Amino acid sequence: MNQKELRDLENLCIQECSPWCVSNCPVHVDVRSMCTAIAQRDFSTALNIFVKTVPFPRIISHICDHPCENFCKRREVGETIAIRSLERAAVTWGKPVTKKVVPLPARNKRVAIVGAGLSALTAAVDLSKRGYECAVLEATDRLGGSVWDYSGDLLPKADIESDLQIMSNPRITFEFEKSLGADLSISDLRSSFDAIYLGTGRRTLDAIEMNCFGGEKLEIDPMTFETKLDGVFAGGSIMRTEAPLSPITSISNGRRAAISIDRFLQGVSITASRENEGPYQTRLFTSTFGVDYQDRVPMKNRSRGYSENDAVQEALRCIKCECMECVKVCEFLSSFNGYPRKYIRQIYNNLSIVMGQRHGNKLINSCSLCGLCKEVCPESLHMGNVCKAAREIMVSQRKMPPTAHEFAIRDMEFSNSDKCSLVRHQPRTNTSAFLFFPGCRLSGSSSPNVERTYYYLMERLKGGVGLMLRCCGTPADWAGRKDDFSKSLSEFLYEWERMDRPEVITACSSCYSLFKTHLPQVKLVSLWETIEKYGLPNHVGETHRMALAIHDPCSSRHEPQVHQAVRYILKKLNYEIHELPLSRSLTECCGYGGLMCFANRDLAINVMNRRVNESPDDFVAYCAVCQDHFQSQGKTTWHLLDLIFGTAGAKNVVGRPLDYSQIRENRSCLRKSLLENLWKEPVDKVQEHQMIKLYIPQEIQDLMAQRMILNDDIKRVIEHAEKSGAKFVNRSTGHYLAHFTPAKVTYWVEYAPNEGGFTVHNAYSHRMQIIEESKS
Amino acid sequence: MSSYVNSDEVGDWICADCGSELELGKIEVRYMGSGYPVDLPRCPKCGQVFIPEKLATVKMAEIEKLLEDK
Repeated sequence: MNQKELRDLENLCIQECSPWCVSNCPVHVDVRSMCTAIAQRDFSTALNIFVKTVPFPRIISHICDHPCENFCKRREVGETIAIRSLERAAVTWGKPVTKKVVPLPARNKRVAIVGAGLSALTAAVDLSKRGYECAVLEATDRLGGSVWDYSGDLLPKADIESDLQIMSNPRITFEFEKSLGADLSISDLRSSFDAIYLGTGRRTLDAIEMNCFGGEKLEIDPMTFETKLDGVFAGGSIMRTEAPLSPITSISNGRRAAISIDRFLQGVSITASRENEGPYQTRLFTSTFGVDYQDRVPMKNRSRGYSENDAVQEALRCIKCECMECVKVCEFLSSFNGYPRKYIRQIYNNLSIVMGQRHGNKLINSCSLCGLCKEVCPESLHMGNVCKAAREIMVSQRKMPPTAHEFAIRDMEFSNSDKCSLVRHQPRTNTSAFLFFPGCRLSGSSSPNVERTYYYLMERLKGGVGLMLRCCGTPADWAGRKDDFSKSLSEFLYEWERMDRPEVITACSSCYSLFKTHLPQVKLVSLWETIEKYGLPNHVGETHRMALAIHDPCSSRHEPQVHQAVRYILKKLNYEIHELPLSRSLTECCGYGGLMCFANRDLAINVMNRRVNESPDDFVAYCAVCQDHFQSQGKTTWHLLDLIFGTAGAKNVVGRPLDYSQIRENRSCLRKSLLENLWKEPVDKVQEHQMIKLYIPQEIQDLMAQRMILNDDIKRVIEHAEKSGAKFVNRSTGHYLAHFTPAKVTYWVEYAPNEGGFTVHNAYSHRMQIIEESKS
Repeated sequence: MSSYVNSDEVGDWICADCGSELELGKIEVRYMGSGYPVDLPRCPKCGQVFIPEKLATVKMAEIEKLLEDK
């Protein structure tokens, strides 16, 4: 990921975009923060936020034309927030915090400010802060311009006087009763001053055109406020003679013209980076779904404004616009306390670290890559793609933590080893029009369903149905291991070509999705569409006519025909279908996607529980991993094949962690059973350590599952200890403790001999190598 | 790392091969290209090193994570 790609990705996340009130305010008052402060009864903080961008707070809080309110998102669920009234409450009830502002050093340049209305005075205030000497030249005998035209009811004169005290500033001088044409000439001003701002108000347009521009039309650049005369800028209501008065726009004009004048006097680009200075269209998205309808808090006394209590109540109506659409639906995104824009920056930094701790590893490896974020994102940002690309980079830099995915990769290698994998044409045939690919997880979790399905397919489909038992390679893809992944794909392709390119029938949505993405030459159909097309088996399982909530696997997200087929089958089986709040293209991951459950087990458990708590109904899943995961959290979950072929004998072990030893055992037994029963082929001998008989109490089995220790690992340790004699013995219990390191992980087992086998009392592991010096 | 294994954890464990009581010795542990000498209980005669459960699942796991994220 380079800097540009980083920015492009970050830019897709709109969470930090301004809310509508802020973007449509000509000076961008941070209304959302101001409302938050008032809602907490902190009027002084609210006032500080207001005066940060508004130099004349009393005047503006009385007469602002508040374009912000027209765009307030609250309007979808009630009246818009009374923003100006809240500003007034902040001015009334807050205490100004006088911060000592150190002005910039003097620049020895002088600016003539012609006029004394809001735009001119704002320009003078801003330029004086930047170190310029300003001479305010005003035609009347007082400051303020048209603000004096308002009646005292609308704008009390005392408030005007109070606000104008800001003008007492050693860098600002005033000359009254000086008007252009009569007392001043533009050429004199241009020779005496380094720059000029014309903010003389709408009534002076003709005079300005006549006296400054030789009778030509006054043209003002709407972004920079430059006129045709070099060094002469103009703004305020002189630009908007036909439009309604907008005091806040005048302040904005004065401020923006001051920026141009500063740049002009410094000799830098006037036009660079001026986007979004005035009102602009924000890209933010905010859903008001679920927000209660509320109208404005009525103002009891117009002349005094909101009471403190009423202002607090009104501010509480602000819905604090933000996006967070993806974070709302994703346990992973919410668990790291941020949002994609922050995460993308963290991921980028993580990948760029040369020396030091890579704190982003866990973030990168925790995503399920399921893509729900993209579905709900107004800008279609896919965090899964970002995380997966990051994993591939980490693997290529040899910076992927071994603990993250190694167990899953070993499991995949086991599935593809000669202990589990199998490729055959249908018995007594030598061609395959179809190839059933059940996938490694269905084979491991529910091998009888693989056999029953295979018999069904052979019975219904003509032209021969071959069988391939192996893993499709998804774990390697999710782990970012491109080499392992492409090796797995080529092995599949080699066998598929050898079988003369049959149409592949997948039972697992992950296999389907992976083949569809990476092997477009392979003709593909899901088992569910096949059953929809060829009909249910003759002897379907008993039906309970109960209601079931369907969980669609996340890898089926973009396969509406699969969702359809599954619902069709369930209806045919007479089940009442309940849809979960997020289903089909918006479905959630079960906690296995992206190998989340290996890299961040605690998060995966939260993901599973979030899902199972969405409905009190029993679940039906059509992915073996989803079924296993929900069952592990105590949720009764049927596999669709259980319902099709009969739930008798279907496993329903709920509330226990996944037993990977059993999963492996099932895969080996499936291969053995099919070879012996269908193809009448003998199966190879088992290895010596596999003959060891183990007695493992339930609590130790669960501990082993948590620690990802397999029965096979235990057997290897015991075999090694018993052969070599290298073990410890406990004098009081008589138990042995031994260790063995078959590859990278060292396993420790506490055990005791028992009835021709061994009882396992404890098991743990570590990856640090212990350099033992043999002294014998 | 001597403080990481207390005498309770060594408890009644002795070397099964030679029957020796375990004693602390300097042992090198290595991971992800880093190595450290630490004091761990071991059999003084045949050199077998004893890693108790808590050391493996808490302290070593923490250090492994730190080194993996380096």
